[in-house]
Amino acid sequence: MSGRERAREEIVRILGEHRDQIAAAWIEAQESRLASAGAVNADELREEVDTIIAGLYEGLAATMPLDRVVTGFAPLRNAVTDFSHRWARLGVSATAIAGAIFALKDACVRVLADGIPDPELRLEATELVHRLLDGAGLLTFQTYVDSREEIIQRQNRQLLEISTPVVRLWHRVLAVPLIGTLDSARAQIVMESLLQAIQDNEAAVAIIDITGVPTVDTAVAQHLMQTVAATRLMGADCILSGIRPQIAQMIARLGIDLSEIITRSSLADALTAAIRMVGDTPAQDARDESTLLNVS
Amino acid sequence: MNSSEIPILRLGKVLLAGLSNELDDKTALRFADELSHQVSAIGAEAVVLDITKLEIIDSFAARILVEIATMARLLGARVVLAGMRYPVAITLVELGLDLPGVETALSVEHAMDKLAPPGGSRVG
Repeated sequence: MSGRERAREEIVRILGEHRDQIAAAWIEAQESRLASAGAVNADELREEVDTIIAGLYEGLAATMPLDRVVTGFAPLRNAVTDFSHRWARLGVSATAIAGAIFALKDACVRVLADGIPDPELRLEATELVHRLLDGAGLLTFQTYVDSREEIIQRQNRQLLEISTPVVRLWHRVLAVPLIGTLDSARAQIVMESLLQAIQDNEAAVAIIDITGVPTVDTAVAQHLMQTVAATRLMGADCILSGIRPQIAQMIARLGIDLSEIITRSSLADALTAAIRMVGDTPAQDARDESTLLNVS
Repeated sequence: MNSSEIPILRLGKVLLAGLSNELDDKTALRFADELSHQVSAIGAEAVVLDITKLEIIDSFAARILVEIATMARLLGARVVLAGMRYPVAITLVELGLDLPGVETALSVEHAMDKLAPPGGSRVG
């Protein structure tokens, strides 16, 4: 039997016998660290550490190779990831969570030092505990990062959903007011929802309003051109409105050719043009309105 | 001559054809061939292609559509593509094929309106 296997057996023995002692040492360390946070109470700590130690004990007692105990042994892996999730939800930082797992090393090593008289075996066992709990600490970190990543992606999706309202402005006239920076993914969604709306409403004119778009680069212009081309293919016309002076300068400076697109400076002008294009007479209405205003 | 599976209807001087779900290469070629004969035979002034049912398009079919338009123009007829679905429009634009020289309309009804503007003389 190799030294490593003997060390592993020793750890299993000590974890079995001194479980409470390790747990108590760890809780003491955590309480002093988390005293200010006050987020976790002693009972909960006790429960957490018991689950993790039980996982360690069972994982080491099983015949699994040492490298795979943390990631491959389900009860231990789940205990560690649950621990990371719960603490992250309480607002504990990633460093503190990993630190808590590393603190378990100190608690274990201290007990091991008392329990194994043979110095060589003790060194081997200490090293083994370190490797094992380093792995567990990294796993908490990974869990933390993964859950953050998931939140970011979910918010991204939500942002995409809310960012592209297609509104009906007039009989057979649609508009998309674009707000914020247009990247390829958003431009794609804008294009799809606009075209879908054209199809559903049998719209003749679509107005793309870019008042809320801070910058236009060649990629954005390309997306706009594509949308306009697709609109034309479906048999509708497209008007680009809300081009601010800076944007106009930028488009001119970049040499982007938007000559095939009908452009208007404001959404109001675009709507007037659109209403004319569908065959109604906005001029009449506008005149009526202005006379009304003059009278009052 | 083998007639294509796509029926071509005649409404006065307008030819109307509805393309089905998928336009495979052989059908497309046969259709282009038959259409050109019909346009020339009746001296059609316009061709309306209803592509409402066309869900998928590839670059070959797109090229055939452009060829049909060019051919029809040479024979003195306008071509109006009616009712393109939006996924097809997106595919074409992404392939860089924006069908130059082809007129478009939202539906066959709009295409007919386009060909016969209110107040103007009716085509056909």
